[in-house]
Amino acid sequence: MSDTRTEKAVQPSSGADPGPAPGRKPSAARFDWFQFFYRYGTIVTIVLLILYFGLATDSFLQGQNIINILRSISIVTIIAIGLTISLAVGGFDLSVGSTASLACAVVISMFVWYHQPTAIGVLAAIGACLLVGVLNSFLIIRFKIPDMLLTLAVMFVIQGVALTYSRGATISQNMVMPDGSFATGQIPKLFAKFGQVPGIIIIMLVIVLLVHLFLNYTRHGRYMYVIGGNMEAAKLSGIPVNKYRIAAYLLSSLFAAIGGIVLGARILTAEVNSGAPYLMDAVAATFIGFSVFGAGKPNALGTFFGAVLIGILQNGLVMMSVPYYSMDIVKGGVLAFALALTYYRKR
Amino acid sequence: MKTMPATATEPLLLEMKNISIEFPGVKALDDVMFATATGTVHALIGANGAGKSTLMKVLTGAYPHYTGEIFIGGRKVDIRSPKDAKDLGIQIVHQEVDTALISYLTVGENIMLDRMINDSGKRQWMNWPSLHRQAQEVLDRLNVRISPRKRVDELTLAEKQMTLIARAIARECRFLILDEPTAPLSRSETEELFRVVRDLRSRNVGIIFISHRLPELFEICDEMTVMRDGRFVVREAARNLTQNQLVEYMLGRKLEQQFPKHQATPGEPAFVVKNFSDDTGKVKNVNFYVRKGEVVGIAGLVGAGKTELCKALFGHTRATGERMLNGRPLKIRTPSDAVRAGLALVPEERRKEGVLVEESVSTNITTVVLPKLCRMFGTVLDFGRERTISRMMIYDLGIKTPSEAALVRNLSGGNQQKVAIGKWLVADAEVYIFDEPTKGVDVGAKRDIFQLIAKLVEQGKSVIYASCELSEIMGITDRVYVMYDGTIVKELETAKTNEEELLFYSTGGK
Repeated sequence: MSDTRTEKAVQPSSGADPGPAPGRKPSAARFDWFQFFYRYGTIVTIVLLILYFGLATDSFLQGQNIINILRSISIVTIIAIGLTISLAVGGFDLSVGSTASLACAVVISMFVWYHQPTAIGVLAAIGACLLVGVLNSFLIIRFKIPDMLLTLAVMFVIQGVALTYSRGATISQNMVMPDGSFATGQIPKLFAKFGQVPGIIIIMLVIVLLVHLFLNYTRHGRYMYVIGGNMEAAKLSGIPVNKYRIAAYLLSSLFAAIGGIVLGARILTAEVNSGAPYLMDAVAATFIGFSVFGAGKPNALGTFFGAVLIGILQNGLVMMSVPYYSMDIVKGGVLAFALALTYYRKR
Repeated sequence: MKTMPATATEPLLLEMKNISIEFPGVKALDDVMFATATGTVHALIGANGAGKSTLMKVLTGAYPHYTGEIFIGGRKVDIRSPKDAKDLGIQIVHQEVDTALISYLTVGENIMLDRMINDSGKRQWMNWPSLHRQAQEVLDRLNVRISPRKRVDELTLAEKQMTLIARAIARECRFLILDEPTAPLSRSETEELFRVVRDLRSRNVGIIFISHRLPELFEICDEMTVMRDGRFVVREAARNLTQNQLVEYMLGRKLEQQFPKHQATPGEPAFVVKNFSDDTGKVKNVNFYVRKGEVVGIAGLVGAGKTELCKALFGHTRATGERMLNGRPLKIRTPSDAVRAGLALVPEERRKEGVLVEESVSTNITTVVLPKLCRMFGTVLDFGRERTISRMMIYDLGIKTPSEAALVRNLSGGNQQKVAIGKWLVADAEVYIFDEPTKGVDVGAKRDIFQLIAKLVEQGKSVIYASCELSEIMGITDRVYVMYDGTIVKELETAKTNEEELLFYSTGGK
């Protein structure tokens, strides 16, 4: 293609926003602090926090602690990645926490109750969770229920299903069965590896990378963003909108399932409602991620950095002897700030 | 209230003199005069964009920045807010009834809404029995049988309209403006509305009736005022006018527009539509065809069903009937089927349906052709080709944008429309459907769009051009179908017709 220059007349009206594509450097002509902070605020905050905690405590910057942080955010990140995909198509999957609980209960029970090998356990958990995705997308698309409300309802239902399945109790090795005997199944060594240090971090990084590539470098990812941006226009452009929404909810459930499985592998028991606390952290990570690098929309790398920010805060504050029960105040505050950044820009 | 006696049987005069109003870049009303009186039904007529709605918005206080004078009963009044207008007894029932009603409240609550808000004084508690009794009284005055305890979302459109009229007369109402009230109504519902209108007239209410349906205006109206291009044209008693005269007044002498002449070499019928109806009943039994290399106009006024037809053809709404392309029947159930079949739709609501405002120009332009642009079985995006194609389109269409990466949000309306069209040009469809493509587009961009359509036809594409701008239909099309009330009432050769004839059929003439 020849050099068909297009800059015939630059819009005189646009005063504020040069609107370059994501990934471009901001124009050096005029330094816009808000733009800068919007794009790099999360990264700058992370760097500042690392510096601060590194100086304030002795152990924060040690390799072991860095690995600790990455390990602690891995489950949140995996679940948040699913949520990110549901947000990309303009949905909102609140059922991810419960779905993770279900996956955790199913995978552990497969080993402890039914003596299954790792592969069967993992597949059973993923299968059960994909049914949740089917249920979500069917009800949302067929009955046109707003995403957030429907997944809220499904969140309750699945929480109940997980509880009922585990008979309201923690599933663990050698647990007492209802008939008074002891469960004899053992959790495979291979499975436990998923929850230990190199494995759990590698799983997280691979998922982040894959989903990042999927959303930004494939046609299907592009379609998902187009649908999320304007469903009506997407439909009228000939995109099979509903298929992609179904796919998004299935992926969301899939990653919630993986999150739940990794959770099970890490603690080697299935606690009651073990996945529920991850929901709010995942929401926070995802929305903080909106603004990373100025994407302005849900994106996998952003979600990862959002989770990193939360992880660092949590870890550092614990080291500074801030009690764990005050942590939600900080997390909520950071989320509110990230939301303010995102929506103030949009007006 | 004020000094006017409430029981006046004397006709009370409403006069608007030298009304002008400007919006950035447009003089919407230019020295308009309008006069009517209580106890008469006065039609306000004009083509789209003539300024009827603007004038009525001035009268109801929606535009405080008008210049000119308004007199009621010879006394000068100042209307600068909706409350001023309501206090003077001027009420309006808008065309979009649903935006004015609160759907999960009852009919009674909706009717009494204004009074509840404005006349409650210091009372903090609701008196439900009294509220419903008063609402019932209002409905009785209209002789309308709707239970005030029914929820508004259970009503039919006609009943909703009656509820709004009831709300208007629940407070003091001397002048009632009905904006296109009959557009969504069936014949029998229209009869019922006219009965209520006549009833109100006999109670010395002045009705200002805005409608595009000329035959019914002669049925109900005593006087008529015609507007055109923001100016007053004529005021006359209805019995002294004919429908043809009205049409002439509405059009006036027309400004010649620059339309490119395309070399029409129409070939075989390419796109054929038979017995086509949509599920909502807005499109009824439509039959038409488009040849290769032909622009076919779908003319009709706002609400005639053009947009619904375009969307149904494209599979956006469910429809029954046949669609054939080059002799092959098409199975279209979703827009994505339509795209695969070779159809393209540039929808009316650009920002809502045509473009993705938060995405870049190149993302917008390549949305439709993305599968062909990707590597590895159409999966992996090829940013280089995307950029190349976008730049080509930007150049071809003369889209004014700093770069292909700029967000569409930052472009002007005309350039956004070019993006909305451009994404279909790269798709290389067979049949292009344009729905009001020049809406909100400046003159220069308009000419570009016409040239583009001419180019499409020269390439042998079929073009369907739906518009309520009759001058555009005359300028760009080869053949016209006129739509009225959801169905095609007339087929005309553009070269052998004129705007008067088009408007005549568009307004229900036979």
